[in-house]
Amino acid sequence: MKKKLEVQAIENGSVIDHIAAGQGVKILKFFQLTDTKQKITIGLNLPTGGSQTKDLIKIENTQITDAQANQLALFAPDATINLIENYDVVKKFKVHLPESISGVLACPNSNCISHSEPVDSQFYIRQKQQIKLKCHYCEKSFATSFFKELD
Amino acid sequence: MTNPLYQKDIISIADLSRSELELIVATAKKLKHQPQPELLKNKIVASCFFEASTRTRLSFETAVQRLGGSVIGFDSGGNTSLAQKGETLSDSVKVISSYADGFFMRHPQEGAARLAAEFASIPVINGGDGSNQHPTQTLLDLFTIYETQQQLEGLNIAFVGDLKYGRTVHSLAQALSLFNCNFFFIAPSALAMPDYILEELDDAGIKYSLHSSIEEVIADLDILYMTRVQKERFDETEYQHLKSAFVLNGSMLENVRDNLKILHPLPRIDEITTDVDITPYAYYFQQAENGVYARQALLALVLTNFFQEQA
Repeated sequence: MKKKLEVQAIENGSVIDHIAAGQGVKILKFFQLTDTKQKITIGLNLPTGGSQTKDLIKIENTQITDAQANQLALFAPDATINLIENYDVVKKFKVHLPESISGVLACPNSNCISHSEPVDSQFYIRQKQQIKLKCHYCEKSFATSFFKELD
Repeated sequence: MTNPLYQKDIISIADLSRSELELIVATAKKLKHQPQPELLKNKIVASCFFEASTRTRLSFETAVQRLGGSVIGFDSGGNTSLAQKGETLSDSVKVISSYADGFFMRHPQEGAARLAAEFASIPVINGGDGSNQHPTQTLLDLFTIYETQQQLEGLNIAFVGDLKYGRTVHSLAQALSLFNCNFFFIAPSALAMPDYILEELDDAGIKYSLHSSIEEVIADLDILYMTRVQKERFDETEYQHLKSAFVLNGSMLENVRDNLKILHPLPRIDEITTDVDITPYAYYFQQAENGVYARQALLALVLTNFFQEQA
């Protein structure tokens, strides 16, 4: 089956599947997944079988941890992670929103003290109708769409 | 037994439990009626104002001195190494920690007090961090409400004016939500209470309603909390129109509860006409005075173990 081939086409590594179309590039940048010498394959606007499309990221020779995967949930809440060894899926799991996230995202509040001091950013995450991140320092809450990619 | 706030940082109202808020209010009441002029004897408290705020600074410094402590510090960021030499706040705070027994601070950036507390080895009291928190204002408001109503539970409280940008009303509403109060929010739509506060109240099961004039609810109120509509946020015509709907004058107080008290964080511009000042309902100047007692209570609890758990 074509879908299975897409997932298993790497020998060893991780496949982040079922990323909402349009979020794939964002995730690569946000989580600096490209800071590696390993081969990365990106699929954008792939058919899901239904009428919708998805993005997909494959990183060779890298095992994404549960904690890393859960951070992805901020931007791809329906993503699944496939860990591949010898072309076989050895583990497949869904992402879950973490309670907090540190050192990854910059606070969208430009007047937040975290920008000018030697500290990691930190956000507490909660989900009502939409996912909101509350800054540990300035205590302001933001939807994920307020976050810009790190330079 | 140690009081639960001893050596603690006071950064955000959300960090304080209902029993801790009650302890602070009870301690403020004790200190108002029974001064303790030697409680902070031999203690040095640093007054660190990275941004000028005359009223808050004088109130804090008076509180320290009324308890017999000594004050060191600075009254604006422009005079500090932070501004002149580019020192980080975290470095400044480490140095101040080696001089004083505790410090209170005002800073123009949100989150500054939380960050300072992470680097300080002595207790930090937030005297305002940008547009974020100003917990001692909330504590003096709570003390004043308690003093005038003999309780905090189940009161009918209206907030009037700039509810969108006013951190004072946000923090006070959050604190009072621990006491099952009913809220009436009276503001022009452009300055309405932000959704995230309303969501928090919904989560806490607090009853509130939104109104467009003071007269709609004034007869049912225990506390009328007025704030200033900031002129700079509107054009002149709009401001004149809005102002008239959110001004309190003496003639509006004919059919109110006997126990009604009118509060205002001050400075007042013209949202409360001066004929209100002579009515028995006006309490904003006593409220400002209470700032000293509320801050004394906090300093006493954080820096000493004189007052223990509330009996």
